[in-house]
Amino acid sequence: MTLTLNARSAVLSIALFIVGLFAWHAMTYQPVTGPVATVLSSDELGELTSLGMSDDDITHYASFGIAFEQLKQIAGLGLSRDLIEAAGGIQALGISAVNEATEPAPGSLFPTPMQIGTALWDAVSDPFYVAGTNDKGLGIQMGYSLARVTIGYLLAALVAIPLGFAIGMSPLVYKALDPYIQVLKPISPLAWMPIALFTIGDSEISSIFVIFICSLWPMLINTAFGVANVRKEWLNVAKTLEVGSLRTALRVILPAAAPTILTGMRISIGIAWLVIVAAEMLVGGTGIGYVVWNEWNGLRLDRMIVAILFIGVVGMLLDLALARAAKLVAYTE
Amino acid sequence: MDETAPKKMIQVEGLERRFPTPDGKGQTQVFGEVNFTVAEGEFVCLIGHSGCGKTTLLNILAGLDVPTSGHVIVDGKEIDGTSLDRAVVFQGHALMPWMSAMTNIAFAVESRWPGWNAAQVREQCQKYIDMVHLTGSEDKKPAQLSGGMKQRVGIARAFSIEPKILLMDEPFSALDALTRGSLQDELVTICQATNQTSFMITHDIDEAILLADRIVLMTNGPEARVCEIVENTLPKGRTRSDMHTHANYYPMRNHLIEFLVNRSKTFAEEIAADTFDPLNPPVVRPSAAVSEVGAPSVSTSELSATKEKRAS
Repeated sequence: MTLTLNARSAVLSIALFIVGLFAWHAMTYQPVTGPVATVLSSDELGELTSLGMSDDDITHYASFGIAFEQLKQIAGLGLSRDLIEAAGGIQALGISAVNEATEPAPGSLFPTPMQIGTALWDAVSDPFYVAGTNDKGLGIQMGYSLARVTIGYLLAALVAIPLGFAIGMSPLVYKALDPYIQVLKPISPLAWMPIALFTIGDSEISSIFVIFICSLWPMLINTAFGVANVRKEWLNVAKTLEVGSLRTALRVILPAAAPTILTGMRISIGIAWLVIVAAEMLVGGTGIGYVVWNEWNGLRLDRMIVAILFIGVVGMLLDLALARAAKLVAYTE
Repeated sequence: MDETAPKKMIQVEGLERRFPTPDGKGQTQVFGEVNFTVAEGEFVCLIGHSGCGKTTLLNILAGLDVPTSGHVIVDGKEIDGTSLDRAVVFQGHALMPWMSAMTNIAFAVESRWPGWNAAQVREQCQKYIDMVHLTGSEDKKPAQLSGGMKQRVGIARAFSIEPKILLMDEPFSALDALTRGSLQDELVTICQATNQTSFMITHDIDEAILLADRIVLMTNGPEARVCEIVENTLPKGRTRSDMHTHANYYPMRNHLIEFLVNRSKTFAEEIAADTFDPLNPPVVRPSAAVSEVGAPSVSTSELSATKEKRAS
């Protein structure tokens, strides 16, 4: 093989995708089989014949899976098959028989790749429609989620980075705040939800608050760590050059700590995107998390899966954007 | 000291530094009773083993550390913290890795002359980049420069603020021998051309002989002392390639090696036994003329003879 690594990995990825599609298709595919014919014993056959039913009719109705008791009722009608069909079938004549054509095949609720493809195309081709309170395009719902994440995340950055600077630069502040950080950090963001709903009241602001509180910790801790670990000699250079503290903070400490801060920001955006889906499921109303919950309640699994796919793609794009930003501030020593 | 000597730029008087011991109960004296001076335009080297507090001493001179007792007087004023009059070349180049070579120097120049416009800053930076022969590498980041080039930037940064005093903490110790040699040559040229008052810490004897007008010898720590000041008897204008041919080279070198290898450890006894005055540490001028044989050693008896002469 003379293909490059990229080309080979692409081939492998596509192969895995195709294999996955086939496996999925095989697991969800339900062939449209006809009803299983009723097997009659010779005694039953003899009884039906004695009731005046022709062999041809017996074979015909038995092939629909109609049981012996119902076959006896049909025979008891004493009508020819043509007359029965003309009257609208056996159901119309008051004989309860299974209608296989309208019965869903077991397991076929889970959408096939084709159904997902169709739902995906629908979602992509018209992402911004509004057809009702609960029926809006995925683009609009995604917009709600992104807006909440952006506001909560930016607020968190606005608090975490200056506070992280203070913690990193002052051992006093560090020691004073450390116990609070250690206790508050491991609390699941969703556990804040009831407190937020009770104190804030507004569900919209509550979900933003939950994003804020979960994005806060990684940024705060990484900023403090980055600032505290700026190489002593760089600070000494600034000191011997009599650089003021603001200029030292902006031109030495900030760029020195920037890669660590960006790592924290990248972790935070990942967590925020995880949490928004759960928060919107809880709060409801709008947003991509609500879409997932809503489609599940309506058993539109195809549309639910498309929404889940969108969550993954947008999460990846957010991470990629932060990775780009991290590259801009990276330096090699 | 000569009455006609040029004015003293640095006066170190009774300097002492103590650090708390690791158990926190007591204090260890790193060095004490340190006295020496550096005249204007003079190049002074301090030689000593690791652990004698050389870097601590330089940090005090730079204003990054404070002495437990004693004073440092620079240009007639006692120092209080750091100053742009004293530039430091750090042991590890201490360049900011996110700044280019030019920006690293510009950071210093802008600190020295905050009112300057971009063109003035650039001109000043370029002048010193050219001086250390880094023309063409202005926009490279430190990671793209070799070890020697990084230290050139460090030197250019120190010179660019046109300091009264240049302080250097083993600036070439991390470099390979060839690079170190060429940088030493350049430093000699620059310092002589600018008549720069310089104080350098080193443990490289040849470096000290090449660069220094006087060499301060420090004993081993803890409780290190300045035990002797050696005046360089080699003529000015010496170069790395020809200095070993001078008659005084080996007396100088042997005297310094003798100190580093033997006397730095046992000097405490010499101090106790002798009429040692820490305020005026003995000044020695090792030369072929004094030792007559002109080589391998300057004996300790000769040295004590010199000292007795001074004491009388």
